[in-house]
Amino acid sequence: MAYSDKVIDHYQNPKNVGTLDKSKQNVGTGLVGAPECGDVMRLQIEVDENGLIKDAKFKTFGCGSAIASSSLATEWLKGRTVDEAIKIDNMEIVEELHLPPVKIHCSVLAEDAIKAAVNDYRKKNGLPELKFEESVVH
Amino acid sequence: MLKFPIYLDHNATTPCDPRVVEAMIPYFTNSFGNAASRNHPFGWQAEEAVDYAREQVAKLIGADPKEIIFTSGATEADNLAIKGVFEMYASKGNHIITCNIEHKAVLDTCKHIEKEGGEVTYLKVNPEGLIDMKELEAAIKPTTILIAIMYANNEIGTVMPMKEISALAKKKGILVFSDATQAVGKIPVDVNKDGIDLMAFTAHKMYGPKGVGALYVRRKNPRVKVTAQMDGGGHERGMRSGTLNVPGIVGFGKACEICMNEMEEETKKISALRDKLETELMKIEEAYINGSKQHRLPHVTNISFKYVEGEGLLMGFNKDIAVSSGSACTSASLEPSYVLKALGLGDDLAHSSLRFGLGRFTTEDQIDYTIEAVTKTVNKLREMSPLWEMYKEGIDMNNIEWAHH
Repeated sequence: MAYSDKVIDHYQNPKNVGTLDKSKQNVGTGLVGAPECGDVMRLQIEVDENGLIKDAKFKTFGCGSAIASSSLATEWLKGRTVDEAIKIDNMEIVEELHLPPVKIHCSVLAEDAIKAAVNDYRKKNGLPELKFEESVVH
Repeated sequence: MLKFPIYLDHNATTPCDPRVVEAMIPYFTNSFGNAASRNHPFGWQAEEAVDYAREQVAKLIGADPKEIIFTSGATEADNLAIKGVFEMYASKGNHIITCNIEHKAVLDTCKHIEKEGGEVTYLKVNPEGLIDMKELEAAIKPTTILIAIMYANNEIGTVMPMKEISALAKKKGILVFSDATQAVGKIPVDVNKDGIDLMAFTAHKMYGPKGVGALYVRRKNPRVKVTAQMDGGGHERGMRSGTLNVPGIVGFGKACEICMNEMEEETKKISALRDKLETELMKIEEAYINGSKQHRLPHVTNISFKYVEGEGLLMGFNKDIAVSSGSACTSASLEPSYVLKALGLGDDLAHSSLRFGLGRFTTEDQIDYTIEAVTKTVNKLREMSPLWEMYKEGIDMNNIEWAHH
C-alpha cells in the first residue's frame, strides 16, 4: 500500500511528540485504542486561562497512518479553543492525509483522542463531561 | 556497493536463479511443443525436457520420477492432496487431522472438507510452534484417513517432527501429507526417510519460476491414489489434467538440481548471516524470537519488538528493505497473524512482529544495513510510543481499561 506524501512526512518528522504533566489542572489527557488492536494514541492538551490550547503533545503506538493522524491533530489543536477542538472531524484528517479506506479508523482514533483529552480537561476543571455519539465503527 | 531495495522476504517468494532462467528460455521459443504431442519432434522434445525435470525434482526429495505430479503450485497441490485423498478414501473414513498453523491453502481446504461432510481435527501447537505427539495420537480415530502437517512453517520457520509423525501414522495405517513448500530446497527432505506419502511444494520458493509446483504421491508401500480435482485430458497419470507448463517445469527441475548441489554450502552461509542478524537484533531491549530456535529453517527469523507496531516499524525502512510483518495492518483482514496467536502470543506481540527471510543472494553488507536500520527505527518509534513510556515507568498495562474497538 502506498502512503501519501503527507503521511510519510508526518511519520518521518512527527510534530509535537512528547508528554505533558498530566497532574496539572490545565492539562487534559486522552488515551484511546488498545494494544491488542494494534493502535494506542495518547493525546494531551494544555489550556491557558482563556480556554485556548497553547500546547498539544502526542505519543502513538500504531501504523504510519495512526502516527500521522495524531501528529496532524496536535498541529490543528494548538491555538484553538477547547470548544473548537471538539469540532475536528475525523473526515477532515482523512482528507488532509489522503488516508485510504482501510486507514479511516486511524483518523477516528485521533478524533476520539481529542474528545477524550477535552473531557479529561473538563472533568479536572469541574465541567460536565460531554457526551459524544459513538464514532468508532470498526 | 549496496543495491536497494534489499530483499529479505524469501519466505514469500525468491528471485529466479539466472541459471534457471537460462534453462527455461529455449522452451518458450524454439522448443515450444506440447509434451502430450506424441507424433512429432516438437512434442518429443517437450516430453523429454519434462521427463528430465521430473527426475531432477524427484531426486531432490528422494522420490521416484513417476511419483511427481506437476501442478500450478503448492496451493493446487495442497488442494489435490487433501480433497483427492478425502474422495478416494471415502470408504475408509472421513476424518483428517491437521494443525492450526498450517498455511491457508491447507486450512481452507480442510474447511471445505468439513462442508462436504468430513471431520477435521485442528491440533494446537506449543509456544515453540510444534505439535504435541501425544495430542496427535489421542486425536486418531478409526475413521482417520489423513494426517496433514506442514514440514516447516512459513511465518516462523518451525520444522515439524515429520519422522515421528509418520512413524505413528504408519503404525495406525493412516496416510501422511505434508505441505513442504518452505522446506524443500532449504533443508534435506527425503520422502522415504521422512515417511511421507503425499507432499506439496513449489518452484518459486527455491529460486525457480512462479506458477509451477508439484505433488509427490507415493507409489509403493503403500500405493497412494488421489481423485483428480480437474477434468480433462488425463495428464499426470490422470491425477492432474491440463497441458504441462513445459518452460516452468524445466525451470523447476533446474532449481531443484541447484538446491540439491548447493544446499549444504548455502545453508552454512545463510544461517551464519541469519544468526548474526538475530543476535544483533536481540540486543534491542524487549525483543523476542517467535517459534522454536532449535527446530527451525536456517534462513528465517521472526522477532517481535514489543511496544512498537509492525506496520509502523516497516514504514521506517520499507523503501530500502523488504520484510514482512505479522501485524494486522499489513493484511486486509485487520487481524494479526493467526500463526503467532497460535503460539500463545498476545495480540500486542503479534502486532509487533517482523519476519526476516534470507536467501541465496543475501550479503553480509545487506544484513549489516538491516541491523542498523531496524534498530534505529525501533528506538525512534519507542520514543513515540505511549506503551513504551508506560513500560519504562513500570505501569502494568494489564490494569488499564483499554477501549477495545
